[in-house]
Amino acid sequence: MASEIFRATLQHIVIVVVAVAIAAAAGIPIAIAAVRHPRWGQRFLRVIDVIQTIPSLALFGFLIPLPFIGGIGVRTAIVALVLYSLLPIVRNTVIGITGIDPLIREAAIVMGMTDRQRLLGVELPLAMPAILTGLRVATVIAIGVATIGAAVGGGGLGTLIFRGVAMVDTARILSGALPAAGLALLADLLFSGIEKLAARRWGRIP
Amino acid sequence: MASAVAIDSVSLIAGDRTILRDVTLHIAPGESVALIGRSGAGKTTLLRLLNGLATPTSGVVTIDGAPMSGDLAARRRRIGTMLQAPALFPHRTIYENVATVPRLLGWDEDRTRNAARELLAQLELPFDRFASRFPRSLSGGEQQRVGIARAMIAEPPLLLCDEPFSAVDPLVRRELQESFIRLRDRGGVTMVFVTHDLAEALRVGERVVLVDDGAVVCDEPRARFLASEHSLVRRFLDAARIPEAS
Repeated sequence: MASEIFRATLQHIVIVVVAVAIAAAAGIPIAIAAVRHPRWGQRFLRVIDVIQTIPSLALFGFLIPLPFIGGIGVRTAIVALVLYSLLPIVRNTVIGITGIDPLIREAAIVMGMTDRQRLLGVELPLAMPAILTGLRVATVIAIGVATIGAAVGGGGLGTLIFRGVAMVDTARILSGALPAAGLALLADLLFSGIEKLAARRWGRIP
Repeated sequence: MASAVAIDSVSLIAGDRTILRDVTLHIAPGESVALIGRSGAGKTTLLRLLNGLATPTSGVVTIDGAPMSGDLAARRRRIGTMLQAPALFPHRTIYENVATVPRLLGWDEDRTRNAARELLAQLELPFDRFASRFPRSLSGGEQQRVGIARAMIAEPPLLLCDEPFSAVDPLVRRELQESFIRLRDRGGVTMVFVTHDLAEALRVGERVVLVDDGAVVCDEPRARFLASEHSLVRRFLDAARIPEAS
């Protein structure tokens, strides 16, 4: 039993980390593009807003019949988690960049920084506290949604919960539920710590 | 001699608002010009033409003989700009802030460090005490002085200032003006200084240009400006007079 919980927890962590990493790798560049092209950006934000409102079990249901990305298994679970993680990451990155004092952005321009130098040297560092908040929210949501991912064969701690429900076995349900809740709390604490460090480094209180 | 700055028949229209109407202004190398006018007169826009933050609807802006177009980033490294606030980068130390333009220009570290040390010392910010601190731990006046250092370290031949000292008290303001003028007078820097404070305009500008409703209405050397009969000039001079105690 113990090794089963350990394996499920590990699997859960891998699914969440992979999904949030993909969402960040896509979401941060999307947010940068959205700030550069506000009209296009607003439209895109509305689309991912809508995705966020789809109940998770329904989203899994939509994904199963899709070719390549869908089906039964861990891939479908990860795709759904990426879609859910996108909104907090994109939204917070946009807020982080647009929230920078316009005079500071202007200072970077008038000193002769190129677009790229401004982005990497000024905008992203100053948006970092907000980006970290987005990653924290995305991770916590993903840990929760991943438990439901077990319904489409995604594995992880949800498998124990669903099996426990089917067997009317409270101990088994808790053997999945407690580690899942613990993971969420741990992730929240971890990111809060990093946010505080970043705020101290970059001089902002999130 | 060729002008350091030439604004030729420039108009700027934003939406249905005319911000500049057919402005022509030539500034010789080494000249100090104060742009003065009421809020919204167009003086800040006129200044922003010179670092490419504003683009004319018609007309041409020429800096050092070359029109302000194309790769502006490289051009801006040779133009010192002071904005309305010091706008220091909060995530960079004082030294890193001051070193911004030298690093963009590819100076080696020793040269940058020596220039920063010397300049900060002249501004009464001892390098060893300030270099590794972050802007938020400095007072408003100290931040302003770092802003001066950051704009001037690479000794740009052209210096643009947009009411840089508007947010500090009159005594600190006076000190800043003086250290600023001392630095300016080191070399033949061409300077354009926007202000709505006539006393400041007369202190830093050898030539005063009054802008009103998007046009230049008076453009005279300091002494002639003071004697001008133009009604808006008179109103500015009257407003600046300190009432005598009775």
